[in-house]
Order: sequence, then C-alpha cells, then structure tokens
Amino acid sequence: MASLTTKNLTKSFGTVEVLKGIDLEIDDGGFLVLVGPSGCGKSTLLNCIAGLEKTTSGEIRIGERNVEGLHPSQRDIAMVFQSYALYPNMTVRGNISFGMEIRGIDKAEQERAIAEVAEILQIGDLLDRKPMQLSGGQRQRVAMGRALVRHPQVFLFDEPLSNLDAKLRVDMRTEIKRLHHRLGTTIVYVTHDQIEALTLASKIAVLEAGYLQQAGTPDEVYNDPANMFVADFMGSPSMNLIESTLVEAGTGLAIVISGHGGSEITLPAPDTPEMRKHVGGPVVFGIRPEAMTDPDGADRTSPRIETRDCFIEVSQPAGSDTFALTPLGGKECIARFRADARIELGAFAPVSFNMTKAVFFDPITTDRIR
Amino acid sequence: MRDRFQEWVPRIVLAPSFAAVLIFVYGFILYTGWLSMTNSRMLPNNDFIGLANYTKLFGLKHWHIALTNLAIFGVLYIVISSVLGLFLAILLDQQIRNEGFIRTVYLYPMAISFIVTGVAWKWFLDPGIGLENTMHQWGWESFEFRWIKDRDFAIYTIVIAAIWQSSGYVMAMFLAGLRGVDNEIIKAAQVDGASGFLIYRRIIIPMMRPVFLSAFVVLTHLAIKSYDLVVAMTGGGPGRATEVPATFMYSYTFTRNQMGVGASSAIIMLIMVFSIVVPYLYSEIRHGEKQK
Amino acid sequence: MSHPAQENAINAGRLTRILIYTVLIFFVIYYLLPLWVMVSNSLKTLDEIRGGDMLAPPADITFEPWRQAWSQTQIGVEATGLKPYFLNSIIMVVPAVLLSTLLGALNGYVMTKWEFPGVNLIFGAMLLACFIPFQIVLIPMARILGMLGLAGTLGGLIMVHTVYGLGFTTLFFRNYYAAFPTELVRAAQIDGAGFFQVFRRILLPSSGPIIVVTIIWQFTNVWNDFLFGASFSGYSSTPITVALNNLVNSSTGVKEYNVHFAGAILAALPTLVVYIVSGRYFVRGLMAGAVKG
Repeated sequence: MASLTTKNLTKSFGTVEVLKGIDLEIDDGGFLVLVGPSGCGKSTLLNCIAGLEKTTSGEIRIGERNVEGLHPSQRDIAMVFQSYALYPNMTVRGNISFGMEIRGIDKAEQERAIAEVAEILQIGDLLDRKPMQLSGGQRQRVAMGRALVRHPQVFLFDEPLSNLDAKLRVDMRTEIKRLHHRLGTTIVYVTHDQIEALTLASKIAVLEAGYLQQAGTPDEVYNDPANMFVADFMGSPSMNLIESTLVEAGTGLAIVISGHGGSEITLPAPDTPEMRKHVGGPVVFGIRPEAMTDPDGADRTSPRIETRDCFIEVSQPAGSDTFALTPLGGKECIARFRADARIELGAFAPVSFNMTKAVFFDPITTDRIR
Repeated sequence: MRDRFQEWVPRIVLAPSFAAVLIFVYGFILYTGWLSMTNSRMLPNNDFIGLANYTKLFGLKHWHIALTNLAIFGVLYIVISSVLGLFLAILLDQQIRNEGFIRTVYLYPMAISFIVTGVAWKWFLDPGIGLENTMHQWGWESFEFRWIKDRDFAIYTIVIAAIWQSSGYVMAMFLAGLRGVDNEIIKAAQVDGASGFLIYRRIIIPMMRPVFLSAFVVLTHLAIKSYDLVVAMTGGGPGRATEVPATFMYSYTFTRNQMGVGASSAIIMLIMVFSIVVPYLYSEIRHGEKQK
Repeated sequence: MSHPAQENAINAGRLTRILIYTVLIFFVIYYLLPLWVMVSNSLKTLDEIRGGDMLAPPADITFEPWRQAWSQTQIGVEATGLKPYFLNSIIMVVPAVLLSTLLGALNGYVMTKWEFPGVNLIFGAMLLACFIPFQIVLIPMARILGMLGLAGTLGGLIMVHTVYGLGFTTLFFRNYYAAFPTELVRAAQIDGAGFFQVFRRILLPSSGPIIVVTIIWQFTNVWNDFLFGASFSGYSSTPITVALNNLVNSSTGVKEYNVHFAGAILAALPTLVVYIVSGRYFVRGLMAGAVKG
C-alpha cells in the first residue's frame, strides 16, 4: 500500500495535448475517483499511472518511488479494465494465475493465491470456466480477482461498471466499496458517472479538457464547487446556474433575477470583498435543486431560508420527490418539492431558497466568487 | 534496461519486412525505371539513353498489338465478369436450395492455377479434338468453332477462359454485398409498394457501388498482370495475335535481349496498374480513417 | 458468406422460380464442364480422344495416362513425369507459406498493438506493394538472386515468394488484430508479459481463423504461381506449373492429351482439395484480398 502523487503531468498525442499539467495526491489507503465527461483525459491519466502510456513530462510517484520509465508490471499496480480484458483462451483460473506464471511464482503458491481471491470474491465454482461462459457480473468479479491476486500497492479501475446493467452496477459498487474497506489498498478509479464518484470516493478529481478542475472530498466537490463546470457536472439533477445581476441593497448586497413574464425576484447575497468587485454586473447564482423547495419542505436547521413566489410551469413526479420547473434568469430551473406537495401548474407558488447552500460564479471566467 | 529494449523490439521485428519491401519492391521499381532509360540488351548496363526506349516501344507494332489485345481483353473480361457475377449473385440470393453447393461450384475455378485453366480450355476449344469435333460426333457436321486457331479471334478464347476462372469470384463479392444490405431498407421499399426486380434495380444494385468498384479494381489488376493464361492457352499466338503487355515484357527482356525496351514496357504496366489502384487505396484508407 | 439468405427474395411465381433454377443449373454445368472434360479424358486412351466425343465418359477406363503423367512422361529432356516437379512445388510452398505467414502475423501485431510514428506509412508502402505487376521486379530480382548465389534454386524461389507474399499476409493480420481488444494486451502487460509473451500467449491463441485464411491464401498463390517459377527456377527447381506448361506446350512428339489432362489435374489437386476442405476460409481470404483498407 502506498500513496500516489502526480506532479505537473502532461501528455500529448502528436500535437494534441491531452493532459495539461495535472497535480494530484492521494493518501495511502485512499480512494481517488477521476471523473469527467468523455474525452476529458481521465483514462489517459490512468494509463499514464499504469505505465501503459508514456508521459510527455512531469512525475508520477507511487509511495516514495518515481515510476517514470518503469514497465507496467514493475510499478506494483493492478488494473481492472472497462471490458474486463479477460484472456478469452484461458480459464478463469488461467486468467488469475497468468501474471504469477510470468513472474515465475511456483505452482503451490499460485494455487493458494487463487483460492484466497476465489474465496474473497466468491468465484470458486467458476474457476474452470472460460470467460465466454460467464455473465457480466461474474466477469467483473474475475477481473477484480486477477487484480487482487497481485496484492498491489495501487489498484487502478477504468470505468469497471459501465458495461453492467443498472441494478448490477449498484450491487458491484457496494462490493467494490466493501472490498476497499476490507483491503485498505489505495485505489484510483475512473468513471464518467458522477454518482459513482460521490458514493465511492474518499477524494474526487474532476477533469475537463485536460485540466484538473477541482480535487477534494465528495462533500467539497458537491457543496463547494470551484467553478461552474464542476457545479454543473456533479449532482443529478445538476445545480441550477442562474444569471443574475448583483446590486447594493441597503447595507448589504443582493441579486436580482428575472422570472416569469417580466417579474423579478431579489435574494440577499453574501457581502464579501470579492463579491463587491462585481457589484452592478452579472454574476451566476448557483443553487442545487434540493435547496429550492416548497416552504414546508425547507431545511429547518438552516438559518437563512428565503421564500419567494416563482411561476411553476411543469412538474415531474419522481417517486420520492417531485421536481418543479420554474423559469429563472431566462432558463428552466429545477426545484425539488416533497412528493405530496400540492403544485398548481401555470401559477405562482412560494419557493424557499436555502441561501446557506448558495454559491456564486463569475460568468466570464466561470470561477467561483467567494 | 529491459524497458528500453522492449521499446525497440517492435521496430526490430518490423524492420526486416520493411527493408525487404523497400528493396525488393520500391528499390526494384527504381532500378527497372533506370534500366528503361539505358540501352541494356542481354545484360543490364548503364549507358543512359533517355527516353529512347519508350519512343522505340511505342513505335513497335508488336507493342501496339499487345496494347490492343489488353484493351479488348480487359474491357470484355471486366464487363462480362461483373455483369455475370452480379446476375448470378442475384439469382443465388433468391433463397435457393443447395445454395452452398452451387456457390462452391461457381467459385472453384478461382482455386486452380491459370496454367491448368489454360490447358483445359486450350484442348476443349481445339478444333481437332475439342468442342468442334464433339459437335461433329453428335451429328452437327456444319458446326465450326476454330477461334483459338484464328488470328482475329484467338484473343476472345482467352476472354472466355478468364471469365470462366474469375466470374465466380465476382459473384461471391456481390453476394456478400447483397447479404450486407440492411433488411429494413428492403422492407421500407416494399412498404412503398416496390417489388421484385424493381427493388433490385432501384434500391439494391445502386447500393452495390462499392462492390462494383472493388470488383473493377481487382479485375483490372488481374487483367493487366495476366500472363500465365495467355502462355498456357496460345503462347501469344497464333503468330503474335494474342500477345499482351505481360508476354511482351517477358519475351523482349529474356528471349529477344532487348532489356531496355522490356524494362520500359514493365514501367508502362506499373503506371497502368497504379493509376487504377492508388486512387482506390487512397479513398479506401481515407474512408477507413473516417469510420474510426 | 455464412450470412443467412435474407428476404431480398423476389416473391415470384412458379414459372420464374423454375427459370431461376434452370439458369443456375446451366451455370453449374458451365463451371463444371472443363473439370469434367479433364477428368473423363484423362481416363481415356489417346485413340478414344482423337476419334471421339470429348464430353462423353470414357468407354474403357485406363489409369495409364495418370501413371504416365506422374512418373513417366517426358518433360524437358528427361522422362521423369511430373513427380519431381510436384515435390519441388511442395518444398517451395511449405517454407514460403510458413515464413510469410509468421512475418505477416508479427507485422500485423506491431502495426496494431505497438504503433510507433511512421508505422502507418510502412503499412501503406506494404499495401501498395501487393498490387505491383511483378514484371517490374523480374530483371533486378534475377540479378540479385544471381549475386546471392540463389539463381535457379528452390531457396531463391522461397525467398521471392516470401517477400512478395508479405504485403497480403501483413494486411490480413493487421485487419484482424485491429479488431482485437487492446485492453487484453494492456492487461497482459500489467501481468508482466513482454512483447513476445503477449503475442504467443494472448494473440496467437485467438488467431486461428486468420492463420487458416492466410495460409490458404498464400498456399494457393504460391502453388499456382507461374511467372516467378518460369523466370527464376532452374533445371532442378522447376515448380509444377512450369513443368505442366512445358509438358503441354512442348513442340516435339505426339500430343498426349490424356496425359496432359491427368497432369493438369495433378497440378490443380492440392489447391482444389484445400478449397473443398476449407472453402469458407478460402472465400474469406478472397474477400479480404479484394476489400482493403
């Protein structure tokens, strides 16, 4: 087990720069999730860590060791691939033992190791089957078994659940979390699914266009996003990003938001030096759907609930909640009402804004204004 | 240390093949190109004479016969093989019983050498023992078929044998193409009220364009390279009546000791093939890249 | 070719279907006719051929022409039959096919799984090389073989066929391996497998079909070759196609048609057997050879 560090890591394919200076750190035993839309460079970053791609510049350390130039097999890592990459011509047993065979580990030891992972993953009765004869979930387990048997310093997972159906995905997610808990090995996990990131990670790194947008705990990334991209990407439904104008109001600051048919609502804004720089100009007001509720559903522990009348256009019952759509700042915004809240469509209704959860962004740079 | 080595292994593995192709294909093309501009006779020499061999080549009646024959052979061979191939493919696509057997029969000539094909057709078309004689035996005394001995018609007997050899291949290409047509398109056409041959004529055959192109390139390439079949069937005769560029090149280079002229004819053949193949490969590869 | 017949079929009346079958059967006869002529006449006596109906079955079956063709008839100066030339062809074909297939497999492996800058250019160069008219290389090749002391030897022919087979074998394997999941290669690398271990343990076990296709393709092409055989073989290295042509087109002596036909069948037999035994793979090779890129 070891920590993992990357310093100013860059990677180019020809003239295309895919990773533009990535600085990352994950502690020993941590669970780092790399998340971002497709093409953001997350898989490339993982491949660089694995040694499957050569980095263009920068440094990767596993534990205290700089692994630059080391063959993947010498980095003391193990990897689970999106397609599982099980060798089709070998049995499950053969798949798990292949690496040990290459390293020249003796037969008895191999058998012992196979038995151990088979027990952990409950794949003992599959050992003599070929990958073709396994279901998706079973392949997934075998792929993890192949990684597990190496007792690596770091586990790398490349979108391991994306080929499973929704139900199985949830089961395997739990399984991976349990496994991490049991083994305590450092994990780097790539996914484009932000829910997976939030549920699994001890640390999330959000990537976009080759840049690291934010790295932090799930709570930080979710509640305290560094910029509009992270705010929008994490969470489902995603954060409402509402155009507004920042004005002085009495002793403090306030934002003015245009609503339905020329109506306007005004909400208090935090009075900070940074915010003051934007007075008179546009700011983006970010608020998550669960912080926009019907008044009875509002978080009573919050000291700053502001209730305003908003025009409700559409409602979408979603079982446990009902989402109400209201036009604010020229966009449809989603508010999360209790399932049994009475909603009248095409009319104004009071909506409670939990302003402790409100965040603000500079519309030009898209960065957070603190 | 081991990693640096591992990095070089792929290049080392590819190197011999690359070197071989570089020397034995491209180097040789350049060398033949150079020879075509020397007055090499029985042996290669380096007396540069510019394009004199080409001037001489295109002044030779012999070469004109070869080109004319290639044109006749090429056009008939390509057109008839394609039409016949497409025709047979469409017929075979009608849920035919024993399709596998019929397909196997149509295609087997492609497995045997042009020399064997040549021998079979040479004697089959021979007036003395072949078809003509057989018809006479059957009582059709006036039947006459002596093209293979006739200067004006011998080239057509080569066309017949060549079509026999490769039309099954073209059929297989078209059949694969027909089977690749999206079923839903055909259903859509049926819903539109089209039926039977109209669907083929208006929908399916126009979709076979890539297959036509592939067949055209393969057949052209075979036609220009054709050497074995002519040698086996007629040896270029009667007289020089069935001489083609491939036999011309061989005889000028190796039996008439006019290596310079032979080399220039080889270069002309190369230009002919490449002018068909290079644009085709280019578009295929570009198409392939786009699909990625 | 193994796709099921789909519903392109024309909903035709009985008459049309009878017509379709008639045409198809007519062409079955057309394609089989030369083979029938060869087989039946190879079993006839010379007198029967001269005096009779070429399409008729033999009146008196005789295997003498086959014996003649195999071991007795005069080819060139010696009365050896086709036997030694048949053996020459085998000695030439086996190493040429194996070598070019192995190299093609390695090339395809490098080109798809170990790409380095310039690899596509190399592939383009090899692909184009598939299409050159071989007349363009005859003169320099004759010189090089002479310089290497390989002129007129089977070794020389093996080399020639290996080199000019590389383009297609590489193409076949490259296209096949391009569809082979790269993640498997990566998984094996993480497991510690090196270049050759990945090839031998991961790719080769899954390469059965393409190996068969390539071997059949190369076998057919090399066995059926005439141009290189005629140009570069010597007295003791003549392959069977050249020998057959010498037999049939020799200007001296009586034309023994029955022996010619028997010889032609002998020359065609190995590739025909391969075709009949594994036609599916043969067709796949033809298709791969036609549709590139």
